[in-house]
Amino acid sequence: MSPGGGLPLVGALRALRAARGEGDVVISAMGAAREWMALGTHPLDWVFVPSSMGQATALGLGLALAQPERRVIVLNGDGGMLMNLGSLVTIGSLAPANLVVLLLDNQVYEVTGAQPTPGAAAGRVGGDAVDFAALARASGIGSVFRFASLDEWVADLGRVFSAPGPTVAVLEVAPVPGARGPRSPGPAAERARSFIAALARRPAPSGPPP
Amino acid sequence: MFAGDRVADLLHRLGITHVVTVPDSTLGQWEPAIQHAGIRLVRVCREGEAWAVAGGLYLGGASPIVLIQCTGLFESGDSLRNILHDWKLPIPSIIGYRSYLNQETLPGDTCLDFTEPILDAWRLDYRLVTRPDQFELLEAHLGQSMRAGRPGVVLLAEGKA
Repeated sequence: MSPGGGLPLVGALRALRAARGEGDVVISAMGAAREWMALGTHPLDWVFVPSSMGQATALGLGLALAQPERRVIVLNGDGGMLMNLGSLVTIGSLAPANLVVLLLDNQVYEVTGAQPTPGAAAGRVGGDAVDFAALARASGIGSVFRFASLDEWVADLGRVFSAPGPTVAVLEVAPVPGARGPRSPGPAAERARSFIAALARRPAPSGPPP
Repeated sequence: MFAGDRVADLLHRLGITHVVTVPDSTLGQWEPAIQHAGIRLVRVCREGEAWAVAGGLYLGGASPIVLIQCTGLFESGDSLRNILHDWKLPIPSIIGYRSYLNQETLPGDTCLDFTEPILDAWRLDYRLVTRPDQFELLEAHLGQSMRAGRPGVVLLAEGKA
């Protein structure tokens, strides 16, 4: 894929909001956090701002291990994924059935001015984009999807959620022109306490996610 | 310095549910005892990952501890900063202090120059354990830190069996 192509990030996230279960945790980081917050709030949203770039998948893994009966959805960018490719291997090794990683691949470091990542076709001498779906499969993640259009994503979102986890879905999204980094929605430590309380108030559905 | 079953028993008594780790030659020897004690071992690929996995576990109601070497402390600064200071999640840790007791393998190991200044720079409340008769110090510091909701660190001297 190339920058400027791909499915619209906001449309993809709107579809996710519609499909999300009431007990699902959604972890968002970087550009995805900015757009996810703009669509509304939910007590089980973990807006990972401020973050340590690259650690959204690791944080999601920890949550998924601690709450095995609750679906944990991580919205991660390709730049963040490249900073912590090993986390795919860790996820593959522990195989939490309730973890879904949505890898929003726009090929650029969007919030710093859309420079190509080292994984993007435009950022590589050979012009060959890194295949995140193949990396996920090679890491031992059994359910791996790739979507290049909004229609496919909307049509198959249920299939992504019902696949045996852990699951990685790569969404080839278009960069948002002129986008800035996400703003923190409030003091981090207070939000951590509120999130822990929300997890306690909203029990997970009985049994693992379908 | 300490047998794995002694450490595992302590972690069990402290209510630790998960050990998130990249092993070194000292900490790695504890793994069988930790698993035998019914504590889940979470092996990660890189130490920065360890703080974030532990943060997620804590948010989800578990009680994790991070076990890494000081070299991994150096690697994992940004993740540690985010989890312990931004989000103020009180994740305890045991950090192996490479070459402290013996520099035969790595003469002039610069871990000895940087480990404690870096712990100070990250404003981590640590206790240095250098002798086998200091197990109580390890136990007390971890226990007190956890009860107080602070991210206590035990810096464990390494280099001798």
